[in-house]
Amino acid sequence: MSNDVATEAPAPAGPEQEAPAHGLGASLAPADARAKTEGTFPYASDLWAEGLLWAAVLRSPHPHARIVSIDTAAAAGMPGVRAVVTHEDVPGDPSYGRRIADRPVFAAELVRHHGEAIAAVAADHPDTARLAAAAIAVEYDVLEPVTDPEKAFAAEPLHPEGNLIRHIPLSYGDPAATGEVVVEGLYRIGRQDPAPIGAEAALAVPRPDGGVEIYTASTDPHTDRDLAAACFGLDPERVKIVVTGVPGATGDREDPGFQIPLGLLAMRTGCPVKLAATREESFLGHAHRHPTLLRYRHHADTEGRLVKVEAQILLDAGAYADDSAESLAAAVSFACGPYVVPHAFIEGWAVRTNNPPSGHVRGEGAMQVCAAYEGQMDKLAAKLGLDPAELRLRNVLATGDILPTSQTVTCPAPVAELLQAVREHPLPPLPKDTPEEAWLLPGGPEGAGEPGAVRRGVGYGIGMVHMLGAEGADEVSTATVKVHDGVATVICAAVETGQGFTTLARQIVQETLGIEEVHVAPVDTDQPPAGPAAHGRHTWVSGGAVERAAKMVRTQLLQPLAHKFGMSTELLQITDGKITSYDGVLSTTVTEAMDGKELWATAQCRPHPTEPLDESGQGDAFVGLAFCAIRAVVDVDIELGSVRVVEMAVAQDVGRILNPAQLATRIEAGVTQGIGTALTENLRTTRGLIRRPDLTGYALPTALDAPDIRIVKLIEERDVVAPFGAKPASAAPVVASPAAVASAVRAATGRPVSRLPIRPQAAVAVPNS
Amino acid sequence: MTTHAPQTAHSVTLPASLDEAVAALTAMPAAVPVAGGTDLMAAVNKGLLRPAGLVGLGRISELRGWHYQDGHAVLGAGLTHARMGRPDFAALIPALAASARAAGPPQIRNAGTLGGNIASAAPTGDALPVLAALEADLVVAGPGGARREVPVSHLLAGREMLAPAELIGFVRVPLLHAPQVFLKATGRTGPGRATASVAVVLDPARRGVRCAVGAIAPMPLRPLDAERWIASLIDWDGVRGLAPEALAAFGEYVAAACIPDPPPPADGTQVPPPSPAVLHLRRTVAALARRALGRALS
Repeated sequence: MSNDVATEAPAPAGPEQEAPAHGLGASLAPADARAKTEGTFPYASDLWAEGLLWAAVLRSPHPHARIVSIDTAAAAGMPGVRAVVTHEDVPGDPSYGRRIADRPVFAAELVRHHGEAIAAVAADHPDTARLAAAAIAVEYDVLEPVTDPEKAFAAEPLHPEGNLIRHIPLSYGDPAATGEVVVEGLYRIGRQDPAPIGAEAALAVPRPDGGVEIYTASTDPHTDRDLAAACFGLDPERVKIVVTGVPGATGDREDPGFQIPLGLLAMRTGCPVKLAATREESFLGHAHRHPTLLRYRHHADTEGRLVKVEAQILLDAGAYADDSAESLAAAVSFACGPYVVPHAFIEGWAVRTNNPPSGHVRGEGAMQVCAAYEGQMDKLAAKLGLDPAELRLRNVLATGDILPTSQTVTCPAPVAELLQAVREHPLPPLPKDTPEEAWLLPGGPEGAGEPGAVRRGVGYGIGMVHMLGAEGADEVSTATVKVHDGVATVICAAVETGQGFTTLARQIVQETLGIEEVHVAPVDTDQPPAGPAAHGRHTWVSGGAVERAAKMVRTQLLQPLAHKFGMSTELLQITDGKITSYDGVLSTTVTEAMDGKELWATAQCRPHPTEPLDESGQGDAFVGLAFCAIRAVVDVDIELGSVRVVEMAVAQDVGRILNPAQLATRIEAGVTQGIGTALTENLRTTRGLIRRPDLTGYALPTALDAPDIRIVKLIEERDVVAPFGAKPASAAPVVASPAAVASAVRAATGRPVSRLPIRPQAAVAVPNS
Repeated sequence: MTTHAPQTAHSVTLPASLDEAVAALTAMPAAVPVAGGTDLMAAVNKGLLRPAGLVGLGRISELRGWHYQDGHAVLGAGLTHARMGRPDFAALIPALAASARAAGPPQIRNAGTLGGNIASAAPTGDALPVLAALEADLVVAGPGGARREVPVSHLLAGREMLAPAELIGFVRVPLLHAPQVFLKATGRTGPGRATASVAVVLDPARRGVRCAVGAIAPMPLRPLDAERWIASLIDWDGVRGLAPEALAAFGEYVAAACIPDPPPPADGTQVPPPSPAVLHLRRTVAALARRALGRALS
């Protein structure tokens, strides 16, 4: 059945049910909502320790340079400076990296990107630290930067392993197949930045045993700890990462590159050391979405059915590998989109350049190809004279179809239903039907928009993303549930990034144990690992682990009662702190049954295994898939090329709704991020240098840029392999919405729109342009 | 040794009058005047500026309103954008009110001031093309109660500068009792810096049209020939309307004047065609100028 959230559409048929106050399906509010709203919630930048020192990092002003010498004497001799560290002071591994350890803690001989760390300073005042960092004399031999990924293949290797990080030549079907209708396109996707509202910050505290504790907003604490410990030359047990409040994370945060210099300084000085990044450092330091160049050729028959897709996909990884191999796998695997394609030949590369580093930002790989394949679908529809939605409907994927990786889609894939839902949703009223003062024109309320120059366009985007890590990643998570005195506590190292995991964990325990008061313990690396907060994995695996642990506690609680009354535990139920038997004869309270005992259980959840893509891009690489269809309605001032997104109608395949309010928020956030990708967000560089590392130059969507977001349908078709049948919901709208906006601008202007973000000159549609 | 100096007494003065403020700046030449602080404090937070002292202008009530003098409005430099955006002000100087409403998000408009917009002289300052089109004059206060007038365009062009310890006290704007329009193009729907802006002011008494283009050069540009030409076409005693072709020609004229083709090189080689970005900017200015004049005459 389907359910409607935040929409005026009529409620689904069936008896009226009151929304539950807690448990699964309730719109439980996050426990920290009040503190965050009032500004009292502590983030890493609020941390303080007695006698703390302040760190500053010296970063390279060049994108590509040989380091001739580093002289720290002047900085080290400054009053108030307590330690200066460079590559010579890294006791363990000089480099780190999740798949390939290719990224130096501090650049030693070669600088490979603008903003790469060269040295770090600890001093008793932040200004002193900054001045001392500036006083470090570095002699550079400036080299020509490699900034064009197409030239990276032939360029001098930027790294001993070469410039090619990964190459996937996917080949599926018959290369000789052709269709009667062929369309080609070249697409370019810009560099989106995760731009977290809270910039990176951390506090490192030395331990008496020679180890260190790092308090920071890590999104993958155990991996970060292992990488940091290797660079410190310490056993992982002597490094502890304590996760503080996370002020926004759509990508990785406070990665080891931030934590390791700080830990080194703390161990060197024996004092707590704090580092709070400026906005500029934040832009220079963290990973961005891969800028991508895509060349496509679609073959179809005269009815519009796809015959063959050929594509070349080039990901600009920046200087270091990071997650690029996985992003490329997603890009290549989903290059044809949620459409049935009998023959596919997709070649993908991820290459090193001297551009800012790329890495995990939600929907990576899938988002870039979605903008391109949907552009191709629009082109094909135009060439065949078909309605763009109709053309898509003739090709959509369903459960049982086969992806170009030869993986069979076993999970629910209601793509046609999603597209129909957004297509049939009534269009927003035209401005002429509403009083003009209510019409927000492109360019904003005090802008230059003129009604006579405004054209409206409607476009579609259908996105697909994989859930959980791919290609054989071990996606295990461990959780502990403890019940004492009528209060349950969840201990799980899954980081709450804003995705809502802690709220969900509370709901799961409420549902299973019937206990209303549930707390979620803060996360640190003394707990068993739960993996990175990415690809919706915590909803799935950590949520699954919490549920299993809660069920084990439930059994422990009910077993003695069941034994006493001679019935199995399944015949007993717990609601509102009361235990009742199926027939209502037996009734007692949880507190009574507990009898002062403390119950603990720990459980793991591990999804079914996946396999790496082989040399021709084939393999069952993904645990599960999620789909989202969006219809965008835009107004374009065709003289100025200014675009306003009027409405985004969203239909999404969510498996099961666990928290309606939270789900709606995640979808709205994803769509809004996608609007940024489509219209304004691009971290521009000139010859490898980031031009405007600030929030004036990098325009995030504001409330005025965000359109009406209508969630017209949420399809609840449970995914049987997922713990609750629920699919993570954040990434799919991020993937589909930029493609939908581009499609709508195409419809409004008749221009090809092959570049994101859409520049005003690309949305101008007047003669002589 | 520590660099934690015992907190030096922050030198912050909060004068109650313009002359007291000038005196405070004379007494401490290294101090920086601060009104809304929307540019200044951002620079301080970025570590670009470390003022030895601050002279806060927020308590000088004479700067926060306006009065009338010889057919002019004399605007206090401390008027906030939010205040200028209100309907009573819009009835006086419509284009300045429109530029104030278009300037940044509400938080910035509540703090940022007219004088600050002039002193910062950012190319994207929204009030600047309006002041240029209005041919406004600044009343600059100096030591000993001295007052001198400086045309705003002279200050923006660097022809006349503020001397040490001088402050922009007031802005003298003629009251023209005629339509005026300010239009701004940005890359987005939400608040953003102008990619181009145009102010068009009608001056029926002098039978003139005055136009200034902002954000495309370090200071607002005045297309004087285009102004004279279009003013000569308007029937000032009649309905003041113009044919759409004339409006379009005015737009093209303004754009060509403000974004000219580079002169042909001396060696006789071909001038490279303008880049798509330049062509788009020219088209944007043309559209803004055409729309602005059209609205002023409608």
